[in-house]
Amino acid sequence: MKPSVFVHHAPRSLDEALALLAEFGHDGKVLAGGQSLIPILNMRLAAPGHLVDINRIAGLDTVRVTPDAVHIGALVRHSQLERHVGAFAHLPLLRQALVNVAHPVIRNRGTTVGSLAHADPSGEMPAVLALTSGYVEVASARGTRTVAAGDFFLGPMESCLQEDEIATAASFRSFPTGTGMAFAESARRHGDYAQAGVAAAVTVADGLITSARASFVSVTPTPDVLDLSEVFAGIAPEDADWAKAAELARAHVDPDADINASAEYRRMLVGVLIARVLADAISNAAAANAKATAMATGSAPSPTDVDATRA
Amino acid sequence: MSEMTRTDAEPLVEITVQVNGVMHTASAPTRRLLSDFLRHELRLTGTHVGCEHGVCGSCTVLVDGAPMRSCLMFAVTAQDHEITTVEGLAEDLDGNGTETGTPTMSPVQQAFIECHGLQCGFCTPGFLTTITAYLRENPEPTETEAREAISGNLCRCTGYQNIVKSVLRAAEITKEREVGA
Repeated sequence: MKPSVFVHHAPRSLDEALALLAEFGHDGKVLAGGQSLIPILNMRLAAPGHLVDINRIAGLDTVRVTPDAVHIGALVRHSQLERHVGAFAHLPLLRQALVNVAHPVIRNRGTTVGSLAHADPSGEMPAVLALTSGYVEVASARGTRTVAAGDFFLGPMESCLQEDEIATAASFRSFPTGTGMAFAESARRHGDYAQAGVAAAVTVADGLITSARASFVSVTPTPDVLDLSEVFAGIAPEDADWAKAAELARAHVDPDADINASAEYRRMLVGVLIARVLADAISNAAAANAKATAMATGSAPSPTDVDATRA
Repeated sequence: MSEMTRTDAEPLVEITVQVNGVMHTASAPTRRLLSDFLRHELRLTGTHVGCEHGVCGSCTVLVDGAPMRSCLMFAVTAQDHEITTVEGLAEDLDGNGTETGTPTMSPVQQAFIECHGLQCGFCTPGFLTTITAYLRENPEPTETEAREAISGNLCRCTGYQNIVKSVLRAAEITKEREVGA
């Protein structure tokens, strides 16, 4: 239960880190929070010869909220994003999902971008990135590129990152005004890997659903999005038949069995959870619409005001 | 394989870490986990090592005041931070320093004594550090919140009931001491 021998590098700049990774190729690995990597090293499932520890690189630990997205650097810890008032006001789904990421103690160290790079199908944040049509900023000594969530996750535990690349930032895109979001998962104990989880976003305009989307945790090989808009667009929220959504979701997912749950049980959970989160998203959409109306009439603080009060 | 050969095979680095307010320097390989560095190099054996992959919570220490798993952090990375272990929780209420004054159990430690929050004691250091940090942010938890706060720590003796009681009692003691001060 101890890692095998490696050389530790603690570069002070991104350029230095990228040069190291280019030099070591397959024998190099990026260390950020380490909450997934270090268990893998301790259990000797991986034994890279060089660890490029990016924790001392300045400027990677910022959360930035813009009208179109919440942008986070590679060293933003889960707990930092979870508590960020501006990010929560802008995209409540982030906090709704983050409180399900392992335990608070793990979230104090683990980074959100790191969990995206880890690409675990049981990870909550890959599903959130997919649902928000987010993207990842990738850098190497060869240059930089921006990868959409849909292209980032290739398979279980496999992202599109090359050996010499670092995921330097991620952006979770905003939803249209009037969108309600919700997240729910089922685990044997809170903080354990979810047997199944669902994230959903429903947009309501003028009393009718215009869009409904969901993404999944632990039941699909990659966090793909199930777009239910065709089924529910034009329907009043109170008339929506979520049993139909449950049926579509059960058909969409492809769960595996393990010691915690059979594939059939996970599939059943998906149906229950999606009906629950869609209903929650609808009531959150109503609240979001009420807040937007209040803001338009100047009776509530705007999200930017809320952000400014965060010292 | 001789000790000499092993040292030759794996270079050691000098690691300086601030633990419980004191700077410590020791030589260790870069792969040394913070948990092992505390126990082996610094001989601070209060931090216990259970699962070594982040599940059991026994090795939890405070890093700049926030609880983290010391088995999921390398000692070389910990150099940039201030570490508090279970050895650093006791309070010096009379302000004379431990040289002359008697260190007093912290509210969380005192609550564990009063409520029988431990039996074998193996998991206790992780609970004490986790709960200490939790109560700083949430000084008045409900029973449900107290249970939630300790959900990342495993105990195989107590059945958790008395640990939940200890969390609530620690909140009381903290308040009593504030009033008394």
